[in-house]
Amino acid sequence: MIARDIGEVILKVEEISLAFGGVQALSNISFDVREHEVRAIIGPNGAGKSSMLNVINGVYHPQKGSVTFKGEKRTQMDPHKVASQGVARTFQNIALFKGMSVLDNLMTGRTLMMKANLFQQAFYWGAAQREEIKHRERVEEIIDFLEIQSIRKTPVGRLPYGLQKRVELGRALAAEPTLLLLDEPMAGMNVEEKQDMCRFVLDVNEEFGTTIVLIEHDMGVVMDISDRVVVLDYGKKIGDGSPDEVRNNQAVIDAYLGVAH
Amino acid sequence: MFYRENGQYKTSYKADQALFPIVQDRIFIGLVMVIAFIVIPVFASEYLFRAIFIPFLILALAAIGLNLLVGYCGQISLGTGAFMMVGAYAAYNLAIRIPELNLLVVFLLAGFVTTIVGMAFGIPSLRIKGLYLAVATLAAQFFMDWLFSRVKWFTNESSSGAVSVPELQLFGFLWNSPVQKYFLVLCIVALFALIARNLVRSNIGRSWMATRDMDVAAEIIGIRPMYAKLSAFAVSSFFVGVAGALWGFVHLGSWEPAAFDVNRSFTLIFMVIIGGLGSILGSFLGAAFIIFLPIVLNQIPAFFGIPISTATAAHLESMIFGALIIFFLIVEPHGLARLWAIAKEKLRLWPFPH
Repeated sequence: MIARDIGEVILKVEEISLAFGGVQALSNISFDVREHEVRAIIGPNGAGKSSMLNVINGVYHPQKGSVTFKGEKRTQMDPHKVASQGVARTFQNIALFKGMSVLDNLMTGRTLMMKANLFQQAFYWGAAQREEIKHRERVEEIIDFLEIQSIRKTPVGRLPYGLQKRVELGRALAAEPTLLLLDEPMAGMNVEEKQDMCRFVLDVNEEFGTTIVLIEHDMGVVMDISDRVVVLDYGKKIGDGSPDEVRNNQAVIDAYLGVAH
Repeated sequence: MFYRENGQYKTSYKADQALFPIVQDRIFIGLVMVIAFIVIPVFASEYLFRAIFIPFLILALAAIGLNLLVGYCGQISLGTGAFMMVGAYAAYNLAIRIPELNLLVVFLLAGFVTTIVGMAFGIPSLRIKGLYLAVATLAAQFFMDWLFSRVKWFTNESSSGAVSVPELQLFGFLWNSPVQKYFLVLCIVALFALIARNLVRSNIGRSWMATRDMDVAAEIIGIRPMYAKLSAFAVSSFFVGVAGALWGFVHLGSWEPAAFDVNRSFTLIFMVIIGGLGSILGSFLGAAFIIFLPIVLNQIPAFFGIPISTATAAHLESMIFGALIIFFLIVEPHGLARLWAIAKEKLRLWPFPH
């Protein structure tokens, strides 16, 4: 792996507790993410991984604890504000805009950078037109990067699963995030598709310097591409460290393989 | 064979993002414009203008407005009739209270008044979705019915809310012949259709569609749900308000609140669904379907000289009309606009097999 300059802590999660009614989804979770690193969150089903991403994203508001991103500490924040700080995200179950073309989905990712007002847009005039073209150029670069040129005008609802996952990554990249959250980007893919996706994730990390937090079930992938790994089980953190440390952690092995009683 | 983009190379994003990037589409729209602006005024009779073309254009405008809200932003509204009513009465009040105002300004201001009312009734959309929102917007219908039949100030002290407007005067001319009215409405509708088309291919249109397709993901990408939904209500109400003002001033001339009852709302929803949700062209097709078809059906027995009573003809008309609606929705649930798109797709190859 190419050596990158892993920087300072960019995201810090402190003592997060989240409950839905009587179900304790997360209890007292703390970890940090450094700039430019690939940080994986793993754990068995129902461990609270996706809930953790939703907390970072602002979709869920934890009862206790705080999230510090780029030095700014918060307990509650709306998702669109989090987005404006430079956090983008993909979903476990693809959450693309199905009625729109690939191009429009990616252009939507640039919505925060669009400044033309309603009247300029109504007449497609001046700033509105210049902006559309300027952002189209950037979006085309992402289309080239993800090798999806041939489907740019296809409605995403018609695309196969693997390509939809790729488009979703593209939409997140279009926002030019500093922190990219990937929720099972390789779920349900065959080996080749997984290899492609790994390549894209690593390229994003290296070329754009994007910090990546990723949830993944494929241990081979996780151990290969991540710098550090957090392990959750039943909403608790049971392991944290480099892939090798985590691999040899007894609590982690027990959680995955079960313990003899 | 007849509709294909092969060989039409684009060398800039500007060309690729043009309103009608394909030559055949430009020709088609040019033909439609020629027919609308030249052929129809030359050949159509006064009855056709009064009974068909003027109401068709105005309701198409309202349908575009509703389509922006329902088809593009996914927020169901059953209050369209009420918003048309607001537009009509707002224009009436402006016109009689400030007589020196240009009529076009009156229509635009009526649109802005409706925008404010529409946004107020759109606030529930921030918390509720789908059918529940539909019921909440129905409240607008009942409230406006009450407001304009009970509060005398809005109707200039007339009983039961019936009002009538003086003849249309614009730029010092009297616009009272059907052809003149038709031109007035046609210009306004063409301009508004262009605006609608521009909006839906711009950032705001994408944020509406994103909210419609997957609201959580839209918010995570940075779209403020409040802004997206309320702007859709605002723009939609503006269109509907202007349509309401035109309906009152140009088509009816005198009206009462019952002219904009809940049936009007339903008719517009049907136009949007039959025409095609999320399509500007569909709004026109849907309006055409709902307006032309009953009239055509009505003429058929007389045309073939079949001796049936007018009452029977009217009943048959309703039955066949209902059956046709069901037929079209089964054949193509996505509306006439989708049928049109499929036809264009077929024309790429037709008449050759490959």
